[in-house]
Amino acid sequence: MPERKVPLPPFGVMAEFDDAEHLVDAVKRARDAGFRRLDAYTPFPVADLTEALGIHDNRVPWLTLAGGIMGAAAGFGLQVWSNLDYPIPVGGRPLVALPATLLITFELTVLGAVLSAILGMLVLNRLPRLHHPVFGVPDFHLASTDKFFLVILGEDARFGEAARFLGDLAPVRVVDVPQTEGPE
Amino acid sequence: MTDATDTQRADTQRAAAYAHVTAEVTGIPLHYPRPRAWWLCFLPACGLLAVFFTALGVLLWNGVGVWGLNIPVNWGFDIVNYIWFLGIGHAGTLISAMLLLLNVHWRNSLNRFAEAMTLFAVVCAGLYPLMHLGRPWLFYWVAPYPNSMTLWPQFKSPLTWDFFAVLTYLTVSALFWYIGIVPDLAATRDRARGRLAQVLYGLGALGWRGSAHHWARWGQAYRLTAAIAVPLVVSVHSEISLLLAAGPVPGWSSTVFPPYFVLGAAFSGFAVVSMIAVVLRGALGLQDLVRPLHLDMLGRLLLATGLMTAYGYAAEVFDTLYGGEKPELSLLADRLTGPFAWSYWGAVIANFAPLQLLWWRGVRRHPLALFLIGFSAMVGMWCERFMLLATSLHHSWVPSSWRPYTPSFWEVALFAGMLGVFLVPFLVFVRFLPVISAFEVKEALFEESEEKGGGHAGA
Repeated sequence: MPERKVPLPPFGVMAEFDDAEHLVDAVKRARDAGFRRLDAYTPFPVADLTEALGIHDNRVPWLTLAGGIMGAAAGFGLQVWSNLDYPIPVGGRPLVALPATLLITFELTVLGAVLSAILGMLVLNRLPRLHHPVFGVPDFHLASTDKFFLVILGEDARFGEAARFLGDLAPVRVVDVPQTEGPE
Repeated sequence: MTDATDTQRADTQRAAAYAHVTAEVTGIPLHYPRPRAWWLCFLPACGLLAVFFTALGVLLWNGVGVWGLNIPVNWGFDIVNYIWFLGIGHAGTLISAMLLLLNVHWRNSLNRFAEAMTLFAVVCAGLYPLMHLGRPWLFYWVAPYPNSMTLWPQFKSPLTWDFFAVLTYLTVSALFWYIGIVPDLAATRDRARGRLAQVLYGLGALGWRGSAHHWARWGQAYRLTAAIAVPLVVSVHSEISLLLAAGPVPGWSSTVFPPYFVLGAAFSGFAVVSMIAVVLRGALGLQDLVRPLHLDMLGRLLLATGLMTAYGYAAEVFDTLYGGEKPELSLLADRLTGPFAWSYWGAVIANFAPLQLLWWRGVRRHPLALFLIGFSAMVGMWCERFMLLATSLHHSWVPSSWRPYTPSFWEVALFAGMLGVFLVPFLVFVRFLPVISAFEVKEALFEESEEKGGGHAGA
């Protein structure tokens, strides 16, 4: 580890596993052992892992709903308001004709929902973030190929026992992850 | 203890498969296997792109008068190709989004390049209405914005709906494709050796590191977008059919139009996806990822949507005969025997005759056969879009408004150039980005092994 003027607290300690089942198992055991501040890194989404880590974050679906409602309101409101603001009477048809407004309302609902789903996902994930302490781990480039990683974060209350605990889970290796910049 | 060793061996094999898939997919952009063949495609595509810019320059300098359009045939190649390109695009969204929601694993070998096809086809489609405006630099007049004349667009017109539909579709397709490719850009970044490649793929990957918390939110956003994209496709192409159906023109007022258009769109798109799948697996040696099974499934989709499109043809004719209106009957006769009869029979024959071969499994799994049938359907669907527009407009209600239509040289040149607008970015995508969704293939491998193994290691 390079020497620093002000020593930073460690980001965490990381264990590497060969397959997803071992990782899920390790996460469950770490949670049972009382570790709470955990993260795992996998090359593809592992459904069991979300459950094992106890992730219950439904903010993205709620944001999507909110974005959809706002899009719908904007689309519908825009048409009603502009039809009244600049009336184009054609053949005695109503100025605000509901069926004619539905398509644009629908399109803007979709646009609002998708924009808020995807931008919301990126913001909540704090992406883009091009640098991160885990990238400093020598083997971490395999996290996008075929290796599975578990990190017990430095801010965990029981971090002192973390390295020994991870070593007992029969991982490929255990590595310290130094903090590379100021804490988040 | 044979069970345990079997399990262990299966685990090792699976891990090797993960690494193999990643190496194979990310290896293409990093060490492109056949650069000479790529240049042989790319240079002609650039030539077509040059044709596009020339035709565009001629159009902007002279106005739409350089096209063969006039009253009453005021929609020609521009709107024909607009509908055709957009229709092709829809298949990418359907394959990717609908099959994702249905949790169909074989989708994962097809979705990435199908979505890229969507994206570039929508760009081509979107350019056409802009160019046919006559004064394209005033395109923003279609958008509602506060202006000094205090005017607003006519929101009851399908032409205004079109603006919103295409813009939404373009945005949603681009975002869906992009968040789908981010994890694979990260994989490419992690395997890149050159500094430039690391930086560029790294920027594209947004710093993706595969955190479980990220995957959870990513999955929610991806699936929600997919769920919304499916009805979006239906709405966009239905809306396009309303561009026609809302006009008082014979041959356009059948109630079958929205589903007929949507299914025809899916049909032409699956045709193009089949062609791209066959070419890519051959050119990039992806036979183990795009297997005969995938060609088989594409063949089935093509057959199913083709037969549904055929129903649309039958329904259209039935509608005319059952309605019994003179101008409509006269138009039907003109379609079958008039100056544009080639487009009607071209559509019927090219769309549905070779299609019947797909009833045989051997044909569906044969790459060249599937490619040729796809090509035939692509041409047939172009004929159909041409037939629908040209015959109806040139053979309107009263004989005094019957006028012939001949596409001009620059109209045809623009269409040829538009193929370059599609091919150039698509070839750049093939050369520099992961064309197959490696992480979703790996996810499917994992889920399949879990279903078989029953979660042995988690016990």
